[in-house]
Amino acid sequence: MKPSVVKAQPQDVLKDASMIKQKQMMAAHYDRLTQAPETGAKVASTFVPGNLNELIMCFDLVNNLPEVNAIQSGLRKQSGAYIMEAERAGHSEDVCTYVKSDIGMMMKGNIGPNGKKLPDPDVLLLSYTGCFTFLKWFELLREQYKCPTIFLQTPYMADGKVTPNMIQYMVKQLKEDVIPTLEQVSGVKFDIDRLREYLKKSAQAEDDLVYILQTGKNKPSPIDAYFGGIYYIGPIFGAFRGTDDAIEYYRFLREEVDERLAKGLGPVTPDGPMAEEKYRLVVEGPPNYTSFRQFWKMFYDEGATVVASSYTKVGGTYDFGFRHDPDRPLESLAEYCLGVYTNRSLPMRIDMLCNYINEYEADGLLINSIKSCNSFSAGQLLIMREVEKRTGKPAAFIETDLVDPRYFSAANVKNRLESYFQMVEQKRSGKGAAA
Amino acid sequence: MTGKTVSEIVAYCEDLFDDLNFTSAREWKKAKPGRKVIGYMPIYVPRELIHAAGMLPLGIMGGGDNLEVIHGDAYYQSYICRIPRSTVELGVSGRLDFVDGMLFPSICDVIRNLSGMWKTMFPHVYSKYFDVPQTYKDEIGGVFYTGEMRELLHDLEEIAGHEITDDDIRASIEVYNENRRAIAELYALRAQKPWQAPASEAYLVIRAGLVLPVEEHTKVVRDYIAAAAAEERPLKDNSRVILTGMFCEQPPLNLIKSLELSGCYIVDDDFVLVSRWLIGDVPTEGDPVHNLSQAFLHRSMSTAAKYEPNQVEKGQFLVRAVKATGAEGVIFASTSFCDPALLDRPILQNVLKQAGIPYIAFKYAENSGQMQPIREQAGTFVDSIKLWSAA
Repeated sequence: MKPSVVKAQPQDVLKDASMIKQKQMMAAHYDRLTQAPETGAKVASTFVPGNLNELIMCFDLVNNLPEVNAIQSGLRKQSGAYIMEAERAGHSEDVCTYVKSDIGMMMKGNIGPNGKKLPDPDVLLLSYTGCFTFLKWFELLREQYKCPTIFLQTPYMADGKVTPNMIQYMVKQLKEDVIPTLEQVSGVKFDIDRLREYLKKSAQAEDDLVYILQTGKNKPSPIDAYFGGIYYIGPIFGAFRGTDDAIEYYRFLREEVDERLAKGLGPVTPDGPMAEEKYRLVVEGPPNYTSFRQFWKMFYDEGATVVASSYTKVGGTYDFGFRHDPDRPLESLAEYCLGVYTNRSLPMRIDMLCNYINEYEADGLLINSIKSCNSFSAGQLLIMREVEKRTGKPAAFIETDLVDPRYFSAANVKNRLESYFQMVEQKRSGKGAAA
Repeated sequence: MTGKTVSEIVAYCEDLFDDLNFTSAREWKKAKPGRKVIGYMPIYVPRELIHAAGMLPLGIMGGGDNLEVIHGDAYYQSYICRIPRSTVELGVSGRLDFVDGMLFPSICDVIRNLSGMWKTMFPHVYSKYFDVPQTYKDEIGGVFYTGEMRELLHDLEEIAGHEITDDDIRASIEVYNENRRAIAELYALRAQKPWQAPASEAYLVIRAGLVLPVEEHTKVVRDYIAAAAAEERPLKDNSRVILTGMFCEQPPLNLIKSLELSGCYIVDDDFVLVSRWLIGDVPTEGDPVHNLSQAFLHRSMSTAAKYEPNQVEKGQFLVRAVKATGAEGVIFASTSFCDPALLDRPILQNVLKQAGIPYIAFKYAENSGQMQPIREQAGTFVDSIKLWSAA
């Protein structure tokens, strides 16, 4: 039996219970951050890919993620003004808009999504993996905050493998630079058993995350692994990996997804449950956040569900078996950083996307190419051709930006998507004729 | 080349610069059976290791403004710089079909991803992303870098089909030391008497080092220094400026000439940085790979693609260069869509502001054709420097 589509009023955005729970968790985290001056908690700014949340928690530091702040500004339609503020101050129109949104927000008083001022970081943990821009971003922030900056370099997985030299390099950095400086900044002595405990919890939540993301293999998929996926990855990519909250959230989410799976339901969209799953897509690249809902609507209005995406691997790739390992704590943190999606070579990314198309029985690949993000974008046109060639499935290319509203052209994106869905139909009918 | 005039030497170098089929490198390879050529991109690779393997390191700095990019644009979105698209064009059009391997150094996400594209597009050609440390402690970054160089050496041995000994590497270090000394002399001459060795000429002379065997190039540089110092050239009422931001995609030659025509003496720059990356001689005694690592960690240039661990030190290389060369201002010339250069620029500009050093900024691409706005901007900058210094 097909579920009936519930059309919500524009003001009544429908959310899963898990989405509401996730939102509450994020709100609580922002409160913890903005209350830091009162509670005396110290703050570590760091990045999503290469986020060492378990280690940060070992020093009682509160994790602040500038990318997530930029996303929040994008969702709240504030990033455009922040970006222009940064450009007026001399930042080039050509560069990453996450950086400019963050800098613009800082220039405008650093007001967080809860309407309260975000505290200045006590330390910048420049855990650099997958994106060169991070390095410059924290050089820019260091100039403003003049706080200690810890650098953790993750070598690039260019040859599709992790070498002993890479692991040794990272573990040495952790032992000799990162941990001693975090001890100094926080005044807390490092306890490796505490780290092991957190890592054990991480692995537990990671198991559930993988299970949830892999439910996209079902028909219909009970999840949207791109738009919905962004909610799903929030806690584990952010400040909750290694916590009981994360374990609880992913268990709750798993039960919710299982329930939909058992009933043969599709994902819940802001306008209600998906009706018929007409197209199954794999999406490569980050989403647009300034028109997030409008963008999503272009998919679900056409009956398109994203069954797998690369973006949900940008803060950690778990679906090939990696889990944080309490028995090898520092090595495990190194392997985590090495394995994030954008730290994987282009051939590895092509293989992953081809596998997703095959394993998730997708109709094709859609690339959302982000103007801001060379790490993702440089090479995507080759990725598109290769995936088409290897899978025989159609691929399409759209261009938007993360948080710069000037680069989201709704009409263009919609046209491209409609053409793409027609292409998928033609491919199907062509196949039918051949058979 | 001894006894040749400046114009003869510069014309020779310009022919090499214009030759997008890399004829001289092809001829070098053809001259002896078994010779191999290894291409590399900006900013830096330890060319000594390639040389020690008996191979020719070939610098690939994109296609410049004379290459018509037909296929390359199909690989890149409009918001990505030009060097990868023209490099892809060189590859797809067969201009690099004699190259036995390609190295893509750690510089930015675009060149990094190009390393994987190359593997996909040219699966039968050796290609390697060459990672370098961004941390500079001997026991951490040094050990990692030594490991990366040893891995490269291992690969080069396989391609060469013979072992590369420490003595081979020591000999190559000495040859490159000689080249670095010659280039340092050329830069010193240009800083002292920029009218004798203008940047547009020096650039061509340095660039010749990307395609020539290093021994030959050292001779070209020395011949040029001798010829340029001997030639009488008029001193103009120009301003001395430093050009920065050109460490990867190279400017069109016309851009450098335009800056000179607008009244700039370019007394320092970051063109073709590979040739000056290591500062001073690399010791030839002891473990040569360790010596190269030490030079990289502790005696190498500063640029936007390199992390500066010390906030106080950030950008000071420019202030020091201004003092050392007597420059009166700095021109930030960055490639369009170059994340490292453009993100670094505001930090460096603040450093200059605090040091009271005037600057201007503009963007370019390797195929920029319209020089009038740049000439006007640079001309105004020079005029304002003259006015300020007069006041």
